[in-house]
Amino acid sequence: MNTDDLNNQQDPIRITTPLTNQVIAGLKAGDRVLLSGVVYTARDAAHKRLVETLLAGQELPLPLPSQVIYYAGPAPARPGQIIGPAGPTTSSRMDSLTLPLLEAGLKGMVGKGNRSQEIRQAIVKHRAVYLVAVGGAAALISQRVTKMELVAYEDLGTEAIYRLEVLELPLVVANDVYGGDLFEQGQAQYRDAEMLK
Amino acid sequence: MKTIQVSAVTEKIREAIQTINFVTPSNTLGRLKEAQMNEPSPAGRQALNDILENRAIAAEHRVPMCQDTGMALVFVEIGQEVHLAGGSLSEAISEGVRQGYREGYLRKSVVGEPLFDRRNTGDNTPPVIHYDLVLGDQLKLTIASKGFGAENMSRLKVLTPAQGIAEVKRQVVQCVIDAGPNACPPVVVGVGIGGTLEMAALLAKKAIMREMGQPHPDIRYAALEEELLTLVNATGVGPQGWGGRNTALEVRVEYFPTHIASLPLAINLDCHLHRHITITVE
Repeated sequence: MNTDDLNNQQDPIRITTPLTNQVIAGLKAGDRVLLSGVVYTARDAAHKRLVETLLAGQELPLPLPSQVIYYAGPAPARPGQIIGPAGPTTSSRMDSLTLPLLEAGLKGMVGKGNRSQEIRQAIVKHRAVYLVAVGGAAALISQRVTKMELVAYEDLGTEAIYRLEVLELPLVVANDVYGGDLFEQGQAQYRDAEMLK
Repeated sequence: MKTIQVSAVTEKIREAIQTINFVTPSNTLGRLKEAQMNEPSPAGRQALNDILENRAIAAEHRVPMCQDTGMALVFVEIGQEVHLAGGSLSEAISEGVRQGYREGYLRKSVVGEPLFDRRNTGDNTPPVIHYDLVLGDQLKLTIASKGFGAENMSRLKVLTPAQGIAEVKRQVVQCVIDAGPNACPPVVVGVGIGGTLEMAALLAKKAIMREMGQPHPDIRYAALEEELLTLVNATGVGPQGWGGRNTALEVRVEYFPTHIASLPLAINLDCHLHRHITITVE
């Protein structure tokens, strides 16, 4: 992809879960996205259990095909709130546990920071997408959550799997089906190599 | 001699720990808005928009800006003429942290022992406390919620005098590049130069505790801060590592005399939340 194409679109693209191949094909690294629909929270401990369940050939506690996982562990909610602050956590910690989920049909991942080469290749192969939210923008993100339900692994506390209904979650496409990478392309575009000599 | 009840310290810390997680000081807000105005990258601008909107929501609803409400860090400056009454100052500080994290619905992110158990202490205590004895009859507290995305990407190096300024610059730039998105840029970079190994680290942390918009009083160091900021922002890392020209909001340098054989260097990163406050207890 030509870096000139990066980040140039004016309005964010509105997408809704479940994610189809057609929707995913329309997303390119650097595109701003407003995501609505359902996302499932899962971070370190939940990933470990999901992968163990898959490897044991047992049934998962959530549907994976065409779904989106959000790497997050919400802070406690105040009384009367739907959800406490729920910003993205660092996605690369989930890299070693992501392949089996993509193979099982997972289509979207939301987190912060870059992914390993292996996962970037798997995103292309499985026609999936990795989106990023702003790390630290937890209060903003929580406001876009309209419903929260426990799905599995209650004993994990903040690391349990929750089903979140979200309305216009502001995200940016980081890795697309064409091999585009927001971090590499974005940083290369704005690096002043002359200055750093 | 002035007497201060340690219960007053508990009270101040309970309030301060919530304030810094909910409310952004105007100088930090101003610096972020300036970054948003001059950011050429659309993705970078989006990140800064979200950061600013997030801060407005957090302040309005008194909710934490980030779910990682950090580990509490307290710098204490005690005047030599202050008499502390009513119990242990360290315990009073811990109690303030405990109450603040509970009352503010802040996430408890501290484990009691780092290697074997790693069991959560449940109340975000203990805080890390540093004491300084100074002249006068005041008790000054600087309170921070230090996020560990950025803390984890910090580094400490003992350079040789011959490596000098050029290596200091190279190390600072490389640290920010290696940290990339994980430190949640735009970051504040604290650089500690000189002293001993642990003094350099402490200087870097103290640099982060400075107010926004206050260059070093020594013009050579102020010029170095400016040059380091230009270099760091030439890396292209940008807000959130999405590419752009605002990788750091400020680079701050503190120094201390050191040994003829050495040039200790510590680089401490702070995420864009930059949560700290300095208060005086009467």
